[in-house]
Amino acid sequence: MLLAVFSDIHGNRQAFEACLKVARARGAERFILLGDFVGYGADPEWVVDTAMDLVAQGAVAVRGNHDQAVNSSAETMNAEAQIAIEWTRGRLDAAQRRFLADLPMLVEDSDHLFVHSEASSPQRWHYVRSTVDAAKSLIATPAHVTFCGHIHRPALYSMSVTAKMTSLVPKTDVSVPLLRGRQWLAVLGAVGQPRDGDPSAAFVLFDTVSCQIIYCRVPYDIETAASRIRENGLPPWLADRLSQGR
Amino acid sequence: MPKPLVSSGAVIDGYTIGECVHAGGMATLWTVTHPGIDVPLLMKIPRVSEGEDPAAIVSFEMEMMILPRLAGPHVPTCFGTGDFARQAYVVIERIAGTTLYKRLPDLPLPYDEARQLVARVATALADLHRQNVIHHDIKPSSIMFRESREAVLIDYGLSHHDHLPDLLQEEFRLPYGTAPYMAPERLLGVRDDPRSDLFSLGVLLYFFTTGERPFGEGETLRAMRRRLWRDPHPPRALRADYPPWLQEVVLRCLEIEPVWRYPTASQLAFDLAHPDKVKLTTRSERLKRDPLSVAWRRRFNQGVMAPRAKSDVAAQIASSPILAVALDTAEGAPELNEALRITTERILATLPSARLACVNVLKLNRIAIDRTLDEQGSNKHIDRMVALRHWATPLKLDESRLSVHVLEAVDPAAALLEFAEMNSVDHVIIGARQNSFRRTWLGSVSAKVAAEASCTVTVVRPPRMAAAKPGTGVVWG
Repeated sequence: MLLAVFSDIHGNRQAFEACLKVARARGAERFILLGDFVGYGADPEWVVDTAMDLVAQGAVAVRGNHDQAVNSSAETMNAEAQIAIEWTRGRLDAAQRRFLADLPMLVEDSDHLFVHSEASSPQRWHYVRSTVDAAKSLIATPAHVTFCGHIHRPALYSMSVTAKMTSLVPKTDVSVPLLRGRQWLAVLGAVGQPRDGDPSAAFVLFDTVSCQIIYCRVPYDIETAASRIRENGLPPWLADRLSQGR
Repeated sequence: MPKPLVSSGAVIDGYTIGECVHAGGMATLWTVTHPGIDVPLLMKIPRVSEGEDPAAIVSFEMEMMILPRLAGPHVPTCFGTGDFARQAYVVIERIAGTTLYKRLPDLPLPYDEARQLVARVATALADLHRQNVIHHDIKPSSIMFRESREAVLIDYGLSHHDHLPDLLQEEFRLPYGTAPYMAPERLLGVRDDPRSDLFSLGVLLYFFTTGERPFGEGETLRAMRRRLWRDPHPPRALRADYPPWLQEVVLRCLEIEPVWRYPTASQLAFDLAHPDKVKLTTRSERLKRDPLSVAWRRRFNQGVMAPRAKSDVAAQIASSPILAVALDTAEGAPELNEALRITTERILATLPSARLACVNVLKLNRIAIDRTLDEQGSNKHIDRMVALRHWATPLKLDESRLSVHVLEAVDPAAALLEFAEMNSVDHVIIGARQNSFRRTWLGSVSAKVAAEASCTVTVVRPPRMAAAKPGTGVVWG
C-alpha cells in the first residue's frame, strides 16, 4: 500500500491542498497526518475540517505540540507562536477543538510508528537534530520505520542491529529502499512552513510492500498563504518566512 | 538469521541454482537460471553466519541498494534482489571472461596496451560517477571487459551513492577497502569525493606499467598513512624508457590533494585517448621522489589546506565538463569566429574546471587523392593546429585545460559527432555557416550536429546575422 505522510501543516491551506492533490495523483491509498495542524498559518478551520474528513475516511492522525497548545495554556512557545495560537483558539469551534484534544500521541501499526516529535518520550516534544537523538527514538521502538516531523527539516536515519547509525539529507524525488534488518527514522519536512531553505511544501510517499520511501516537494501559492497571514494581523515574519523557506 | 537456502538444484524466487563458481571472503557466487531470462546469470549470496566478518552484511546491503539503480554497459545488469528476512541475494548478469587480476603475471604491460586499457576503465568510471556512485574499490579484480570491449565495474560493496544512506560511513572505525589502492583522503574518513577512484586507477596504471605498486602492499594503518605525505617513486626512476606524458598522467592521478588530480574521470580518459596532447609539467620530468625535507614538511603540516566542504558528486562533475568548439579557421568568417570565441569565453567563465577541445575538420576530397602539402608546400595539418591555437590565445586558458585537434574526414558533421562521442564531450559549440548558397549545396553541418549529438549543442551566429530579417530568402542553419 502506498502511504502519503504529511507533517506540520500549520494552518497553511494552499500548501496542504497542493500536497494532497499531488499525493492523490501519484496513487496514495492511505493518508497519515503527523500533527501540528494549526499554529502560524491563517486557515486553521479549513485544515482541521479537512483532517477530520480524512480521518473519517480512515486516515491516521497524531497530536502535535501546537494542537495541544490550543487546548492548554501550559505549553511554552516562542512569542510569535504564542500569538498565533491565541488567534487560532478564537477561530476553532468546539468540535474542531475536541478533534485536536482527542488526537493520540502516537500510533503504531504492524511495522510502522507514527509520532509528531520522536518515539522515546513524545510528550516532551524533543527535536531530532542528530544521530544521537535519532538513536534514542529508534531504541524506544521495535518498529521497522518510524515517521516523525516537528523540526521542519527532512532527514533520514537508520540504525543497524549493532546500533551503528547512518544519516542522510534525502534528495527530492529519489526513491530510497528502507532495508529490512535495520530500523529507520524518517523525519519529514513541513507541509506548511518549510525551514530547510526550500520554500516548497514537503511530504513523503512510502510503499509498505517494497519499503521504498520518496521525499516529495510541491510548489504552491505562497503569495496567497502569506497575504492571508498579513490580512489576519498575525506577526508579519510568519508571512515573510514562507517565501524564504526558513 | 535463517540458514542459507542455497544449494545446487534449489529454487529461490524462481531462480534455479546451478553450481558455485566462486567462494570469496564476503560472498559466494552461483550460476542460476530463470525462465524468461536468456542471459547468463549469477546469484551473489553474502556470508552471514556466525563468526563471519560483520562487514559482509553491511557491504551486501550497499550492493542491494546500489545495483538495481545502475544502468548502462559499464555495470552488470541487476535482475533481482532478496532481503535478509528470508535469503539475501542479488542476481546479476554473468559477464563472460575474467577480471584484470588474471593479467598480473603479464606485468608490466606495454605502455600503449596499458594506456588503452585504463582509458576504457576511466570511461566506465565516468559513467558510474554520472550515476552518483563512487566505487571505492577500484583494483584489478573489480574490472572486467565485455566482448564489445567496454570495461565493466563489478563489486559495489564498499561504494557510496550520493542519494542513498551511506551504511559504511559509521560502520567501521578504520577505513575499509583494499590497502594498496586506497586514496589518502579515505584514511581521513572522506567517502564522498569521486576523485578517490581516480587515485585508485592511478595506482593501477602505475602498477600495470611498472610492475610495482606505488605504495607497496602494506596493510597496516601505519604503512597506509605514509601516502598522506610520502610521494611514490616516479615511474621513470623504475623504467628509463617511461614516456613523460604517461608519468604526467600517473602522477597527476596520484596527487595527495584530490583537487590537484584530474577533476573528472572523463578528463582523465581524454588525456589517455590523446597522449600527444597531454600538457607536460614538472611531474613528467621527475626522476626522484620529493626530498625528505619536503615530505616531512607535508607530514607535519597536514590540515594546512582549507577544510573541504561536503562535496556533491553530481555538482562536481557538472562543474568540470569537456567542451568542444568546432572552428572553421580556413573558410570561417572572422566575425563568426569572434562570436564563437565570445560564447566560449562566457561558458568557460562559469566553469573553472572545464576543459576545452578546439576542433577543426580538414575536409578530404571524395575522389582526388589528398596531398598533405598544399600548393605552397606547407603542411595543412600543422597550419590548422597553429590557427586553432591562435584563435584560443585570447581565452588565456591554462595549457592543461586546452587542446587542439585537426580531424581529417569527408563528412565534417559525422567526424565532429564521432569526436564528441569518443571523448565524452559534454557540450559542443559550433557556428552556423553563413553563406546560404554554400549551405544549400553542402548541407548544414551545425544542423546535423545539433540534431544528432548526444550532448548539449550551442549553435552560434554573429550578431549581424542574427539581426537580419527572416523571409529574405535565406534559410537559417
